[in-house]
Amino acid sequence: MLCDECKKRPANVHITKMINGVKSESHLCDECAREKGELTLISDMSESKFSFPHLLSGLLQTTPGIEFPMSVPVHKVGACSNCGLAFSTFASKGFLGCSRCYTEFQSRLDPLMRRIHGNCKHTGKVPKRVGGAQGLIREIEKLRRDLARLVSEEKYEEAAQVRDKIRDLEKGLAGGA
Amino acid sequence: MALKDIIGRTYSAWMSTNAPHTDVALSSRIRLARNLGDIPFPWYASSPDLAKVAGEVEKAVREVQGLGGLEIARLSEASVLERQILAEKHLISPQHAKEGENRLAIIAADESISVMVNEEDHLRIQTLLPGLQLTEAYELADNIDDLFETKLNYAFDERIGYITACPTNVGTGLRASIMVHLPALAIAGQAKTVLSTVSNLGIAVRGLYGEGTEASGNMFQLSNQVSLGRSEHELIDNLCAVTMQIIEQERATRKKLLYEMRMKLEDRVQRAYGILRHARLITSQEALRLLSDVKLGVEMRLISEVCGETLNELMVITQPAYLQKLAGEELNPTQRDIRRAELIRERLSAK
Repeated sequence: MLCDECKKRPANVHITKMINGVKSESHLCDECAREKGELTLISDMSESKFSFPHLLSGLLQTTPGIEFPMSVPVHKVGACSNCGLAFSTFASKGFLGCSRCYTEFQSRLDPLMRRIHGNCKHTGKVPKRVGGAQGLIREIEKLRRDLARLVSEEKYEEAAQVRDKIRDLEKGLAGGA
Repeated sequence: MALKDIIGRTYSAWMSTNAPHTDVALSSRIRLARNLGDIPFPWYASSPDLAKVAGEVEKAVREVQGLGGLEIARLSEASVLERQILAEKHLISPQHAKEGENRLAIIAADESISVMVNEEDHLRIQTLLPGLQLTEAYELADNIDDLFETKLNYAFDERIGYITACPTNVGTGLRASIMVHLPALAIAGQAKTVLSTVSNLGIAVRGLYGEGTEASGNMFQLSNQVSLGRSEHELIDNLCAVTMQIIEQERATRKKLLYEMRMKLEDRVQRAYGILRHARLITSQEALRLLSDVKLGVEMRLISEVCGETLNELMVITQPAYLQKLAGEELNPTQRDIRRAELIRERLSAK
């Protein structure tokens, strides 16, 4: 028996439905059955219905500091000058368009980011190319951790070298700033 | 090593049980999200933009010493089945497996490193190690990140850090996660309480295949919730500290179960072992559930005939795509259940 839907593959899912006393039968292949949602018991790796974009529009409306009525036409709310993404698209999709969007929409994104992360200030890794004082501070932090580890492992010679390196960097930081 | 070798091989480095705390923590994973400046994020990018990103990343892998050992797989050249296998092996995400054109997977021979190109972000650098080794996994990812950075112009903002397509990943771009196996807490009916408590500590709980998936086989993925405002080390230390608490709880519960209901427990794990060794038809859900029981039995030394690594391997190779590859043809669910049962019997009887 061939599948009722595609008429190509063999039917191996046989469904009998009783709706208000009316009986209907259908014979489908696995693929068509899945497409029609007849096999909802089969667990696949489907996306969650409760994902970030779904939450975002609600969040945007209830975050103080974001004055953004969803009904305002797109051209009045503005779009990113680099990629052309409208803020309203972000609000419905949950994704920004490009790196520039973050600066262009900053005043509206900041309250949201505070809500997500509880914070708006990056304190982690910095690319070497950006470097500067910030990079130096991170480098020193890293060396301090190394130092603590070396001391706990009783590797005092290596620890002394790391300590000297930290001193040099700190001098550089004081001189540069 | 070519893609087909990676796909054909059933054992991955993370399956090893020769690592810290593997009795509860299966694996540790780090993901760093990175993007190139000014080029639209993958979901919003044109085909030429995506090609540009893929081209630049490929070039970096070829030119930078230290990245040369990585295998570049163009997903457009891989079959749907091969992509699914990569997802089942946790090398790429299920979402990444769906797309093809201009999508790359860059993989280390031992599968400890994989870089997804043009998934949600331009680059997602991932590392995966056995047991509780988050710091080691981060160092590995950090190093790969440094190497890419020498050639790629990352989007970075002094104030908010690394820029990502979704504001939930901005800052460090880091997601650290640990896969834990909590059968005893589940038997004692405490898994839910414990896991809902940790969500108050900035830790998210997910299922076996990441975002939006159900927990199966008592496997849970614990990861940091925020990515901005704390350093990578703070985020990792917090996650490790919380995970260690959960590990201790699971161990204490295992001991308690053994003390209070040894016979019941032995019966449960031996029954699971019996079914796996003799069943003729088995769904992947049932297999995961029983493998979880047997794993518990092995870890508590109630079952000595199987090793933990075989069980880790079975968790991956009994998934639909791998089974179909093994069979060399498409299989319907019933045929898969037959093959799965065969494969499990075969592996469990081989010593």
